[in-house]
Formats: sequence, C-alpha cells, structure tokens
Amino acid sequence: MRNKRSTEDVAMGIRRRVFEHSMRNNGGYLSQACSAAEQLAFLYNEALNLGEPTLPAVPRPFAGVPSADNPDYVTGAGYNGPFEPQYDRLFIAPAHYALVAYATLIETGRMDAEGLEMFNKDGSSVEMIGAEHSPGMEVHNGTLGIGLSTGAGLAFGRKRRGDTGQVCVFMSDGEVQEGQTWEAVQAAAHHGIDNLWALMDVNDQQCDGAMDSVMEVRDIATKFRAFGAVCVEIDAHDLDAMRQARQEPHEGQPLIILARSSPTQGMSFLQKRFPRLHYVRFKSEDERAEMNVAIATELGIDPIELEAH
Amino acid sequence: MVEMVNRPYASAFEAYAVKHPDVLCLSADLTSSCEIDGFRDRHPDQFLSLGMAEQNMMSFAGGLGLAGYRPFLHSFGVFLYRRPYDQLMASVAYPRRKVRLMGFLPGITTPGGMTHQAIEDVAVMRSIPNMSILETGDATEVESICEAADSIDGPVYCRVLRGSVPRLFDSPIKVGEMRELSAGADVLVVTSGIATEEALRARDALSKAGVSIRHLHIHTIKPFNEQALLDHIGSVSKGVVVLENHVITGGVGSLVAEIMADNGVGKPLVRLGLNDTYAHGGSRGYLMKHYGLDAGALVRGIERIIGASTGIDEEALASARVEAVHSAVKAEAL
Repeated sequence: MRNKRSTEDVAMGIRRRVFEHSMRNNGGYLSQACSAAEQLAFLYNEALNLGEPTLPAVPRPFAGVPSADNPDYVTGAGYNGPFEPQYDRLFIAPAHYALVAYATLIETGRMDAEGLEMFNKDGSSVEMIGAEHSPGMEVHNGTLGIGLSTGAGLAFGRKRRGDTGQVCVFMSDGEVQEGQTWEAVQAAAHHGIDNLWALMDVNDQQCDGAMDSVMEVRDIATKFRAFGAVCVEIDAHDLDAMRQARQEPHEGQPLIILARSSPTQGMSFLQKRFPRLHYVRFKSEDERAEMNVAIATELGIDPIELEAH
Repeated sequence: MVEMVNRPYASAFEAYAVKHPDVLCLSADLTSSCEIDGFRDRHPDQFLSLGMAEQNMMSFAGGLGLAGYRPFLHSFGVFLYRRPYDQLMASVAYPRRKVRLMGFLPGITTPGGMTHQAIEDVAVMRSIPNMSILETGDATEVESICEAADSIDGPVYCRVLRGSVPRLFDSPIKVGEMRELSAGADVLVVTSGIATEEALRARDALSKAGVSIRHLHIHTIKPFNEQALLDHIGSVSKGVVVLENHVITGGVGSLVAEIMADNGVGKPLVRLGLNDTYAHGGSRGYLMKHYGLDAGALVRGIERIIGASTGIDEEALASARVEAVHSAVKAEAL
C-alpha cells in the first residue's frame, strides 16, 4: 500500500483534510498540519516499513481502558501494521498532532475518511489528544517528553531480540524543554541504541506561543550531538532533504532529524495569528469566512461548505 | 535466637533472574545499595545501567515491556514514584506493562531523612489503577519477592528489605493471601513489613497480661482479600489495631478502615504509623520509637481498644524480643 501516491500529494491531502475538518468544526490544530504534513507523509508513505493495518478501516468505538477485566483491549498500533519483528514501529510523541496523524492514516489508505467524523466525539476512540487506543497511536504520549524514552526502551528490547524493525519517534520541538528528552538521548547513546530514530517538527511553537518567548532552548542540534545523538537539520518542507537525512549513518547512536518547519506553510493566512497558533479558533463568522476563502484558494480547493452556526 | 540473613535479595534475585532470560535488571545508580552489584558483575548482559535519570528509566521500562521483557527496576522506593510519577502512570501503569518496581528502604528504614524515606508510597500506589503492591516483612519474603512479583500480570510495586534481615517465616509469599500469626479472640492486630517484627516483640508480654491477640501479617496489599479480613475481624470481640511503617493515611490502616466502613463493621479501629508527619534522619530503632511505630506504641494502641492498661512497660518488651521473634517461626503453623 506504499507509494500509490507521491509523498508531496499525500502532504497536500493532509493539509486539505485538516483544513476542511477545522473549518467545519470551528477550529483545530491547523498549524500542526502546516508544519508537519511533509514529515508525517514521509513517514507513512515511504520512510517506514509498516505492514497492512490489522484493525478495521472504520475505527471501533472506545472499548475501555486497559485492565485485568478488559482482556480484549487493543491499542491503535494495528493501524500502523502488525507487531512483527520485521516491521517498524512509530510513536507520535506530541499526541495533540492526532488530527494531523489521523488525516495521514486516511491519505495513506489506513483508515476510512469516516474515521475523522468521529474525531473528538463522545464514546469515540478517535480522540482529540491521541490516546493509546486511538488509530495509529501505539502508546500514551499525551504527556510530552515520554515518547523518546519509551521508544528507546522498545528499540533496546527489539535489538536484543534480533528484530530487524526499527523504532521511529515523531517528536515536536517543545519537548526539548522537558528534562526527560535529554535523559532519553543520553541513555540511547550510552547503550548504543541505533535502531532508534526521531523526526522532530521544529516549528518554534508551543502552547503559550513562540518558544523563544516561553523558554529559550538555544541550539538544540549542538545539544543533541553533545548528548550523544547523530543530528541532522533540514527544511521540513523539502522532502529530498528529508530522504537524505534519513540515510545519515548513525551506528551506535540514535539519529535525530530536526525538521525546521513553518507553522503556516501552505496556509499563509495563519500568519495573521502568529504567534498564537497552537490551536486555531475563529474569532468571528466573518473571520471564518475570510479564512475559508483564503486558505482554500492557497490549497487549490473550493471553500468548504459550512453549516450555519 | 532469630536467624539473621545477610543480603537475602542479592542471592534471591540472581537465582531467579538467571532462570528467566526475559527478566532484565535495571538500576539507577543505586546498584550496590539495592544489592544487585554482584548480579551486575556476573551477568552484565542482563543488567542495564540507566543512571540517575528515573523518568527515562520508567518510560524506557515501559518500552521494554512492550518488547516483551519484564524489567525489574531497582532503586530506593521514593525514587520509583515521586520524581517519575507521570511516567509511572503513562508508560507503566496504564498499559499494564509487566514492570517490577523493587523499592528499597521503605518508610523509616533509612537514616536518609525525608528525601529518602518512602512514607506515602503505599498510599500513592494503592490509588493507581492496574497497580499491585507487595511488601516484605522478613528474609523469607525477600527471598520469594522476585517470583511473587513476576507472577503478576501487570505492574507491581514491592517494598523490599535489604541488608541483615530476620527470618520470621518459613513459607514464601503467596500473592493475594495473608499470614495468620496468632488466632486470639480479643483484639485483631494487622501489621505489614517491619511492623510485624515489632508486633511479635509484644506478643509474650500481651499474652502474660491476658490479652488474646489475633495477628495478621500482610504481604499483599493490592489485590487484597477483603473477605478474609472481615472473617478475622468477626473473630475478635474488641476491635482492630493496625501498625505500619507508613503514614496512617492511605496505607494498610486506611485499607482496613475502608473495608470496615464499606461493610458496616462497627468495631473500634486504631491506626498506628506516621501520623500526618514527615520523619527525619536517624536510626531505625530511634525513629520507630520517636514516631510511635514500635512494639510499645502497639501496646498503647491495644490498650485504647480494650480500655484498660496492660501494665506492659519497655523493659518487658525489650526482654521479650529475641524469644518472641523466634517463636514466630512456629506461629507459622497456625
């Protein structure tokens, strides 16, 4: 199911789908689609070795949390293919990118478009902040900073078993403010965990606004190298650069690709909202209509038909 | 004279782990302090040093669990839940990873003061869904803790004794059960961990004073056999005293209180332990006396239940010590 469409085409599809969904639902994680569309398209469409989905294209409703009394519990990992030694695993560390990740599952044929209609609906597994049981999610990552550590543990275990599948963690740059991220890198380097790689959306944004205004993190590439990772910096919207970065040798070390992105890429209208881009809501119906026309034009589609509010 | 066993965890863990290749030994810079230095030296391939970075260790262990391993995390109890609590929740407890948290120096068994004393760990762990809790009270329980913990389908937190540990029992931990150490009819005494040895110190003196004690030792705090406890409470006439090496909120005393309240048991209950206070650094004997966790405090608690003085003083308890503990081995047969 790989490469039916070009990765560029998948990325465009992600932006359009997230835009459409956000217009219809009066807001959403739009800027994450702008910054990360190429990255998630790259991961699902070409970079990762994922098997066919093992879970239904239309997600099942929420079926309870893990407990001794819930033996049928499954995570959303099945949308990324079977948990077999030869296949890669993917963690979406910033779980608030879920809408973008779900759009990617749809664009790569792993989930039906109907799945997105269940987004953030009561009783649905397609949750706003991706949970372990949400499509494409393999572990809980909603608390930022735990993803890379979990990935390192899984990668260590898989390497010990001789599995050929790699572990990839999609990260966001806000996570570097958490000490645990650095603990994870030093541990992965110390133990030579080189079947682990991360693609980080470096959009310089966090919930409160531009990262420099919230907490400066300085030169994270140098920091990652100092902590023991191989680190490559690229333009997040340059797929050839991304392909090349993935080929960077990193024997005995984890690879971290810093994808420097624009939080308004493909939706220039959002620049008016800078630097408050974490979750875009419409201030008025007029603004919503104006945004609808402007962004639809940039994305090459007709404005979204909106229900009256 | 009671048998003292030196570093029972060290040999027990090694014996267990070498037979189970999916068991991994994780340490956070407290390797010799947790008696796994010999294991590290002899089985380096099964040992992972994760440094002073407990948050990473906890999530890393979750990842190892996802890969099918059963990591045993070794540190002081406090460092397994206070700093990495968020990671414990999200990476271990929620997904029910088979992570075995071996928490050393429970309660006031360390002179390290507040930062080292896990005084509310049981309360924290009891409130975490999917979590199981075991506590060791003697060398035999320490020797059997690895197998008991590893039998649990999900995460488990264990309060582990280290160093020189008395042997009070001759049978291993059976998860979900409790030990009946005496079957008296007046007062039910419920103890766990090192509090059990204290209760045994008071045993002969209480007997001489004519108080009939029914004594339970709790090694499995969660899951808990509620009906067994209710049956024991039903077998005594006066009431219940709980003594634990923990704050009295949220621990075994609270567990007993909840069960009594849930079932409408109208008998008096006295909970003994740290009473809404931190402890400070000092020897175990000093701290137990100072904070009312010792045999003397238990006797005073029993007197509150029976509404009379037993006439037992410190001297009687001190002289009772060795023989009383020794007789606990026989009490096992009850």
